[in-house]
Amino acid sequence: MSVFDQQSTRKPPISQIGAVLWLKTNLFSSWINSLLTLASLYLLYIMIPPLLDWMIFNASFSFGTVNLFGFDIKFSEAMATNQNCGREGACWPYIYEKLYMYTYGFYPRTETWRPNIVFGLTALLFVIVPLVKHYKHKNRVTLSLIILYPLVSYVLIAGGFGLLMPVSTDQWGGLLLTLIIASVGIIVSFPIGVLLALGRQSNLKVIKLFSTLFIEFIRAVPLITILFMASFVLPLFLESGNYFDKLLRALIGIALFQAAYFAEVVRGGLQAIPRGQYEAADAIGLSYFQKNILIILPQALKISIPNIVGSSISLFKDTTLVLIIGLFDMLAMVNLTSNDPYWLGRETEGFVFVTIVMWAILYTMSRYSRKLELRFNTENTN
Amino acid sequence: MSTDKSKNNKTNIIEISKLNKWYGDFHALKNIDLNVKEGEIIVVCGPSGSGKSTLIRCVNFLEKFQEGTILVSGTELTDDAQKIRKIRSEVAMVFQHFNLFPHLTIVDNLTLAPIWVHNETKLEAREKALKLLDRVGIRDQAEKYPNQLSGGQQQRVAIARSLCTSPKIMLFDEPTSALDPEMISEVLDVMVELAKEGITMICVTHEMGFARKVANRIIFMDDGQIVEENDPENFFNHAESDRLQLFLDQILTH
Ligand SMILES: Nc1ncnc2c1ncn2[C@@H]1O[C@H](COP(=O)(O)OP(=O)(O)OP(=O)(O)O)[C@@H](O)[C@H]1O
Ligand SMILES: [Mg+2]
Repeated sequence: MSVFDQQSTRKPPISQIGAVLWLKTNLFSSWINSLLTLASLYLLYIMIPPLLDWMIFNASFSFGTVNLFGFDIKFSEAMATNQNCGREGACWPYIYEKLYMYTYGFYPRTETWRPNIVFGLTALLFVIVPLVKHYKHKNRVTLSLIILYPLVSYVLIAGGFGLLMPVSTDQWGGLLLTLIIASVGIIVSFPIGVLLALGRQSNLKVIKLFSTLFIEFIRAVPLITILFMASFVLPLFLESGNYFDKLLRALIGIALFQAAYFAEVVRGGLQAIPRGQYEAADAIGLSYFQKNILIILPQALKISIPNIVGSSISLFKDTTLVLIIGLFDMLAMVNLTSNDPYWLGRETEGFVFVTIVMWAILYTMSRYSRKLELRFNTENTN
Repeated sequence: MSTDKSKNNKTNIIEISKLNKWYGDFHALKNIDLNVKEGEIIVVCGPSGSGKSTLIRCVNFLEKFQEGTILVSGTELTDDAQKIRKIRSEVAMVFQHFNLFPHLTIVDNLTLAPIWVHNETKLEAREKALKLLDRVGIRDQAEKYPNQLSGGQQQRVAIARSLCTSPKIMLFDEPTSALDPEMISEVLDVMVELAKEGITMICVTHEMGFARKVANRIIFMDDGQIVEENDPENFFNHAESDRLQLFLDQILTH
């Protein structure tokens, strides 16, 4: 019998780790790759400096007052005006002045605390969901949060109960409206999408046909068309005089639209579940609904998380289309405020600002989902 | 022996008559007649594609059939979902590839049917599950997830899962053929124990040592038909058909 010495562990050779290796494998692995790297560097070189000049070095920051979530931050006594800013750089005081409209639309200024609570709740929801991961009733907690969140938000924002004065939906706008449309769209469409996905796989021919037709119809039509139909065609079917909120109509259209996409995403997950899982569930005597809720969907949804998030992100972006039917989400607000005669020629600042906000939100969402995915995966990989 | 006599008196727990099954145009089961008495251990063998899996999957209605009847405990299998669920709680099945639920812990795999199908409380179900895990020798793995276990352990969990609802009949579809050789015996040992306890079993398997040891009857299938059935002694030593003889020569020389 031979005995081996215990080998001491050591670090890999220097050329195989760190920045050197990274550069070699990622940027200069072949001559064509090196060429592309150099071309990209050149492009960045001609684009970044002028952009930074405009956004920062030549820009004006410190005039007037900025109101952030209800708190005033005063930069100077001087009123911010178009003339105080130079033409060669961005005029951020313009954004300070319009920030309220970008955030809340025409929401009454005395009631700002209500949307602020909703913004806070939204952030809290994102923090809480991963925290309850190891709590025994995590599914129940998460589900009730997801159902409670829109209800509480609605009560707060719409008001009309007790001390809360009613605020009609045509006063909702800006980021607040964007957030409402996106979250209601996602939360309402998700269960519908799951049902449609199951329907499309059903043995019952009628249900299968209906689900397939619905999904294929919606997916073949652009969201704009659906929004138009929801806001102009839908009322034609209703009894005349039955007033039906414009935002509600848009939400119905968006929810149906998104449901079709979720259905396809979930169907992809369902197809990845081996037949043996269905058979085992059948063999132990589970009913159709028990089988799907306890066995199939938890596995199918878990593998679908990246696609569910991807689809939600595109919906978030697509909500900007509601400006077509006269709802003032954040982007529509930028459009509207750029007509201000005191601030002619400052729409660029608005669009850059909205771009940054949108990017920050969506990037956070996608990072967040990746984290969620990793957490879910730890439980049964070995 | 007296056991043989008492078996003759026992009633048929499964009665299959004139069973015909097609997959599209393919005639997979041809006129199968088979009665199984309570407590009987039946081993089914035969070449690949002969319809063994199809036959036992008909018994718990995982496969629908077009002609013939199957009675389980006197209840005829029809398309009635309620009835099928009742029968499935009496007829458990163990699969070749275990088919454990990967998103649930071992103990949750076991308690699922008792809780949701038999309305047991979580506590009762868990207690019974732990006992069963003890019996198949893996109580210490109860809180792990299926893919943290070896194949042999997973199959023992699958057997424990199917025992959780106290079934009268157990169907095994090649329970050891996806296992590494060194794990086969740990699963067969569990099955031998079960056989001794008087549960009715139909096992599709090519483990001839197991068949010899515990089977009351061995059935040889080929081409969708039952070609021969006999007690182990005669089955192995006095094959009547050439097809069986050929089959035995092939598997016993390996
Ligand atoms: N879902 C199906 N669709 C079409 N044909 C099928 C299906 N399932 C089985 N068959 C066919 O029916 C025949 C019997 O299959 P079965 O699985 O019962 O064979 P088996 O005896 O269990 O074989 P093995 O030892 O390989 O498991 C085979 O020819 C197979 O190709
Ligand atoms: Mg088979």
